[in-house]
Formats: sequence, C-alpha cells, structure tokens
Amino acid sequence: MDWHQLWVIISTPDNVPIVGLVFLVPFYIWYGLRQGFANDRLIAQLEADPEMAKTHHRKTQPYKSGWAKELHVWPFLLRMEFLAALVVTVILMVWSITLNAPLEEPANPSLTMNPAKAPWYFLGLQEMLVYFDPWMAGVILPTLIVVGLMAIPYLDTNPLGCGYYTFKQRKYAILTFLFGFVGLWVAMVIIGTFIRGPGWMWFWPGQTWDHNRLIFETNRDLHELVGITGAWGQGIFGALTVGLYFAVAGWVVHKLFTLTEFNRKIYARMTLLQYLTLQMLLTTMMLLPAKILLRLVFRIKYVWVTPWFNI
Amino acid sequence: MADEKQSKPENTEARGLFKKVKEGVKPFQDKLNQDLEALKKPEKTQLWKSILRVKHDETPRSRSLGVLTNVFLHLHPARINRDAVRYNYTWGMGGITFYLFVVLTLTGVLLMFYYHPSKIVAFRDILYLEHDVPFGKLLRNMHRWGAHLMIITVWLHMMRVFLTGSYKKPREFNWSVGVILLVLTMLLSFTGYLLPDDQLGFWAVTVGTNMARASPMLGHEGPFGPQMGMTAYNDVRFALLGGSIVDSNALLRAYIWHCIGIPIITATFMIVHFWRVRKDGGISGPAPMMLEKEMKF
Repeated sequence: MDWHQLWVIISTPDNVPIVGLVFLVPFYIWYGLRQGFANDRLIAQLEADPEMAKTHHRKTQPYKSGWAKELHVWPFLLRMEFLAALVVTVILMVWSITLNAPLEEPANPSLTMNPAKAPWYFLGLQEMLVYFDPWMAGVILPTLIVVGLMAIPYLDTNPLGCGYYTFKQRKYAILTFLFGFVGLWVAMVIIGTFIRGPGWMWFWPGQTWDHNRLIFETNRDLHELVGITGAWGQGIFGALTVGLYFAVAGWVVHKLFTLTEFNRKIYARMTLLQYLTLQMLLTTMMLLPAKILLRLVFRIKYVWVTPWFNI
Repeated sequence: MADEKQSKPENTEARGLFKKVKEGVKPFQDKLNQDLEALKKPEKTQLWKSILRVKHDETPRSRSLGVLTNVFLHLHPARINRDAVRYNYTWGMGGITFYLFVVLTLTGVLLMFYYHPSKIVAFRDILYLEHDVPFGKLLRNMHRWGAHLMIITVWLHMMRVFLTGSYKKPREFNWSVGVILLVLTMLLSFTGYLLPDDQLGFWAVTVGTNMARASPMLGHEGPFGPQMGMTAYNDVRFALLGGSIVDSNALLRAYIWHCIGIPIITATFMIVHFWRVRKDGGISGPAPMMLEKEMKF
C-alpha cells in the first residue's frame, strides 16, 4: 500500500474538486431521494384514503389552514439568497487561501506529460477512449449526450412527479438518469482522476505509479475469434453484429420499459417517433457498458472493422 | 469697580450684538434642526425617494414594489411559493451557479489587467501575478476554484431539476436551454485551462482538441474525413486551434473565446433561461402531489 502515492493523487490541486464531488454527489442523491421517499409515503396514504386526498394540501412541508400560500420575496427569499452568497464567498475564500491553483513548468511540446489528462470534467470522455475510437468517444457520444439530455422533456411522457421529489411515480426515469449520470459519467470521471496512471493504465488506489510498467494484453477483434479474414466479410459480419446488438438491446429496453402496469400506460401515451428516439438514445448509451464488458471479460477491441471506421 | 463701570456699557453693547447675532442665526438654526430631524428619517428625503421610489415599510404593497421596481431584483416575482424558500427543495444550486458566474466575471476582469495572451509573456504574467501583484495569487486561486465549483454546482443543479421533474410541462424548453448552459460552462472552463500556458494546460488542451481531428467528415483522421478532403491544415481542429499544433494562435483563440466569445453567448442564454423561469410560471415547486388515478389519458 503506497500511501504516499495515494496522497499525491488526492492532494493534487486540480483533483481536490473531484474529492469534493465524491462526497457531494452521493450526499445530494440521498438528500433528494430522502424527500422523495417521504413524499411517496404520503402518496400511498392519499391513494388509500380518497377522503384525505380531497382535503389534504399534498405536501410533506408543514402546513396550517390559515397560512398564505405565498411569501414576499422581500425579505423572505432575498435574505436566503444573501446568506447563500455569503456562505459561498466564505467557502471560496477559505479554499483559495488554503490551496494554490496549480502551475506547472512552461508549456513544452517536446516533453509529453505522462499521463496527459484532460480537465477533470472531460475525463469521462477520455476514459471512453479506452473502449471506443476517438470519433466515437470524442465526437459522436458527447454529441448524443447533449442531444439526449436536451430531448429528455420531450421523451418523458409521464405527467406525474412534476415539481416534487418522488421515486415511486418515476422509477424508470430516475433510475435511468442516475445510471447515466452517476454510473457512466461521474464514475468515469473518478476512474479517470484517481485510477488511471502513466500510459492510461489501471492503478488501484494505493498502487505505485510505475512509469516502466508494461501490460501484455492482446486485444482481439470479434471477427478474429470467428475466423473471418476478408475485408468484405469483416465489414458485413461487423454490421450484422452491431445490428444484432441493437435488436437485442432494443428488446431488453422494451421489456424493461413495459415491465409494470403503470409503465405500460406511459408507453401508450408515447408517439412512435418519441419511442424510437428514446430507444435509439438508450441503446446507444448501453453501448458503453456493453463495450466495457466485452473488453474486460473477452479482451475484444472492435466488433465492427471497416476500412473507414471501427467500432 | 472702575473696571466694572467701564465695562458695563461695553457689556450691554456686546450683549446686544450677541442677541442680534443670535436672532439673526435663529432661522438658520431652526433650519439646521429641521435638517437634523429629517436625517432621522432618511427615507423621507428627496434623494432617497428619487433613488428608491418606493416607501420602505412593511405593507404588502411596499414589499412588492421594492422588488418589482428594482432592476436587479425584478428577476424575482413579488411573491413566491412559501415552501420554495426553504433550502431543501432547490438546494439553491441555480442561484449559486449564477453567483459564481458573477464572481468569475469580476475576478476574470481583474486578471485580464495582468495578462497578455501571447506565447512569449503569458507564462511570465502568471508568475508575476503570483509573486508580485498584491493579492494576485488569491485572485487567480479564486478564479480557478470558482470555475471548478461552478461546474459542480451546474451538475448538481441539473440533478435537482431532474429529480423534481421540473423539466416537465410547461418547462421543457427551459431544460434544453439549461443543457446548452451546462455545455457552455464546461467550454468556458476548458478554454481557460490553456491560458497559463503551462504543461498542465498545454497537454490537457492537446488531448482535448486531438479528439476534434477524429470528427466524422470534418476531421482529417475521422471516418470519411480524408474522403472529404480533410488534412491537418484545413479540418475542424485547425479551425479551433488556428494552426495544426497548440501554439500562439491557439492561445489567442482560447483567450478570445474565454474572455469575450463564450461569456457573451452564455450571458445571452442565461437571459433566456431566467426569463423563461418566470414566464413558465416561476419555480416549479414544491407543488402539490398528483396521484396516479388523477392522470388523464
């Protein structure tokens, strides 16, 4: 256990925000879901008791019948904003006094940093480079992430859970989002920051970053396992494999999506265009875990090799 | 005694003069007292009224007007959902993000006074800033950590909006604007990364922009790039860097995008974002919960 190495990684100034992220993201997930579960308990009560549902104010926040629904922004909101600004200023000041921004040697194109890392918020993309070629990891997938995020409101036809925390009423949406945000984005950032060392090799926390380390890993392409040698054969085989992946992944997504009675109602509300777009985005998202699995378990590099691009 | 006799007429004369002066000063004294009295109620003065225009008292009307007639506060409504004021619903993340943007703008402008976006002096400017400029180190640290903090708060803001379902009708469009702001925030930080012109920024930007040369059709190493006639000297990476390597042109481009281009674009989208928060019905909740059986099909 190389504690010094661990300390060097954690205390690198630009890594400190990610140390914060490791605590902040789980905290706020807990904080949000806790309110969601509290709301869900009240929803269950209201559903069981129609009389109560008629008269109840339908929030878990404290309530008395005489209270006004709205407060004046001045002073009730503005004092909160002022307090928030003060707290953030203090945090930022203390952080800036105690920790210096990094400044390395002057830029030198002939002296390559090893590892050469992107800024931490893009490390998710850099980590994807292990599993995909740059045109996928650096261009197509980021574009789809942005387009997919922007499309969320137009694909989620579930009218419940608008303006309050809940888990029960939006299980599928929340689990999908958390899987994407935490499992595929934040986790990749953390791996890229703390785990990846020289040569972008995997170093467990506490393992010494050995610059002379070599890993003799023979990655294969899928068609080599099957024994196809011709370029045409490889291309067609790869296209079929990718097609098969999308068919299977689409089927799994469909089964999951229509698993419950409630979800089938939501599905019935969707247009064909909405559903196909959702399918396309979700199956593409699942390409990443699929590719990670293929690489780690079967040491497969590409499933589709063509003269122009490889996947 | 003689002195007394002699001084007496003088005394009365002096007394008379004193009285005269006193009487002459009296109107001014009264006015002064009036002014001093008025100072106890500054909100009654013309100066005060001309600046603030509304009474400062605890009537609902004055409290509303205090917000609505103030250019900085008028982004707010006069009144707000009583449960939205608590921390636990919004976590204040959107507001904190905006506040950090303001802090970054202020520290950024100050940093610009000490920085030349030129390959020859950029790195030395940072050294000068860190070692000679009073509070220069603090300034740079605040800018750096504020930027990192802003990315974290943007992510958390997005997560909060998702978990509360706030992107649902009628706020769909504003969520999409928010996603664009998320991307712009990261681009702002990324373009700033190169500016110190040190190894860290140089290689981070090299790694980042190398992905651009793999763009399909538009990059010279991407799928169908060569077929489209792309080389290292005319593809999208060349456009980003102003050259085929990260050099002085890239530094200048990063500087202009960072200090002028992206802030203007971001500010524009922020205006739309905040405007739409209000126009879409204000903050989304905490709203009364809807039950499954109340869904319409």
